[in-house]
Amino acid sequence: MSSSLIVHEMVEEAHDRPARKKKLGVLFWICVGWLVLNFIGAIFANVLPLEDPLFQNYAVVNAGPSLHHLFGTDDLGRDIFARIVFGSRVSIEASLGSMLIGFGIGAPLGMLSAYRRGKFDSVVTAVMYVLLAFPAIIATIAVLSFWTPRSLLKIIIVVGVASIPLVYRVIRGATLNYSTRDFVVAAKVQGATDRRILMKELLPNVAPVGVSFLLIGIATVVTLEGALAFLGLSVNPPTPSWGNMINESISILQTNPWLAVFPSLAMCLFLLCLNFIGDRLRSHFEVSEGKI
Amino acid sequence: MVRYLVRRLILLIGVVFIVSIGSFYLLHLLPGDPTAVILGTGDTPANKAKLFAQLGLNKPIWEQYFVWIRNVLRGNLGTSFISQTSVWSVVKAALPIDVEIIVLSQILAFLVAIPLAIRSARRPDGPLDRILGAGSFTLLSIPSFVLIVLLVLFVSIKLGVGHTGPSSYVSLSADWIGNLESLSLPAITLGIGSFVVYYRVLRSDLIATLQEEFITLARSKGISARRIMWRHALRPSAVALCGTAGVNIGGLLASGFIVQYLLSIPGLGYELIESVGLSDYLVVQGIVLVVCVGVILINFGFDLLTNIVDPRIRRE
Repeated sequence: MSSSLIVHEMVEEAHDRPARKKKLGVLFWICVGWLVLNFIGAIFANVLPLEDPLFQNYAVVNAGPSLHHLFGTDDLGRDIFARIVFGSRVSIEASLGSMLIGFGIGAPLGMLSAYRRGKFDSVVTAVMYVLLAFPAIIATIAVLSFWTPRSLLKIIIVVGVASIPLVYRVIRGATLNYSTRDFVVAAKVQGATDRRILMKELLPNVAPVGVSFLLIGIATVVTLEGALAFLGLSVNPPTPSWGNMINESISILQTNPWLAVFPSLAMCLFLLCLNFIGDRLRSHFEVSEGKI
Repeated sequence: MVRYLVRRLILLIGVVFIVSIGSFYLLHLLPGDPTAVILGTGDTPANKAKLFAQLGLNKPIWEQYFVWIRNVLRGNLGTSFISQTSVWSVVKAALPIDVEIIVLSQILAFLVAIPLAIRSARRPDGPLDRILGAGSFTLLSIPSFVLIVLLVLFVSIKLGVGHTGPSSYVSLSADWIGNLESLSLPAITLGIGSFVVYYRVLRSDLIATLQEEFITLARSKGISARRIMWRHALRPSAVALCGTAGVNIGGLLASGFIVQYLLSIPGLGYELIESVGLSDYLVVQGIVLVVCVGVILINFGFDLLTNIVDPRIRRE
């Protein structure tokens, strides 16, 4: 459901909401803690005392949750808990990788165009507008279905490139808010270099917008990985990923509903935390992206 | 208005042109000898010659594009060498199902979102607004493929409602009540996804509009709160809603694809995934082209609608 479109949508929404400073609150830190836990799990999955996510134990097929298998086992006797922890790697790698591409290209371009204005700005913005008119999700599906053999790296590249215009739009809008403010003009008058103004004056102000957009972007890519898994376009089984696990659970929904419940829960909690943190940060920093 | 229309039309044609180049180029992303991959099991010399003629493969690449686009404009998207059917007939059979699901889901979404947004905007931060705010936020974090799995688990497996489970699609011409039943879960799933977005957009816009001066004026004239809401506040607040609905359509189609696949409903998504699985690339290409152009046209339509709703936009 959620996609680049909802991201786009939430950006617009943030603009219209009357800004008010909110405290971050306990829930915010709980969410941060949960995300950190997820990241630690993904990084140290090899070291943690987990079962091999690919080990098939036919003695305990489709078992419910127990002490031996916290979340039970799947139809091939693989430990669901271990598969969820290892599966988070795919989601996290895909989202961080593609956001690295999206922000790596989109953010500098956006800041530069908003700061320079003029011809450079109008050309780049026009190109990005055409790219935005593309149905990004459909294009992603199309390219991934033709670009065989599929791998995580290709997913990262395609999704990353598709996210560039969105990042550009948000960052440009945010920079535009500041680039004519007095403190920027003052820095210019004092003879600061463009580089210094961009890095020292504008970047710290644009960063909060960037971070909250990054979080929503990560949430979007995690959802997208799930969608791609359903279309058979994500990493190949038996490699566990949240999307693959939910997809595999469908055929045996009646005999073993746990198989669907736990990865879905893992994914939804992860998304909820990301969305919540992004939302709180946005209202905390009184961010208004501004329409373009 | 005319100038605006012309500018939008030029952009529209440009984007459609680029989409057509993109769809054309997809076949060249295939590794190795594309003809062998496309022909798959039908790799005979006779078929190979036919495919060469169809795609103009012995010509330079830009000429190939013109051969291909000329065929497409005549309504010939090629013939699948795996199922021996024309791609256009596949698309024509599947497309109405997607349209039906999306129309149903949008009716549901708007019917629920507009009254609830109005209720919430009347008392921002009231009990109802808070509950809906938290609820919609939670729903925002539930992907459609999780939602449909849960719905199937409860509605068709636990409650045993007919025609809602996997592989129980009934066509519209056979039995329209059965058809509605079999499309109800997809429509509800997509409808919830859209509802969340529409509700949040309309609510925040309504709150902003209600603080404007013309609303205060209307209030001071003694116009009823109900009339102010429906006649004065709703229209200027609906601009972002129209824009969002237009942008939403691409994601909606993609979610629809997955839902169709899970329930074996023979729409475009189902055909697309089947064809990817069979490596029937000409069908994939045809569906991608039709869907992309469709999304762009719908976006264009919503753009015009936004204009009609709020003529001020044209001046920007």
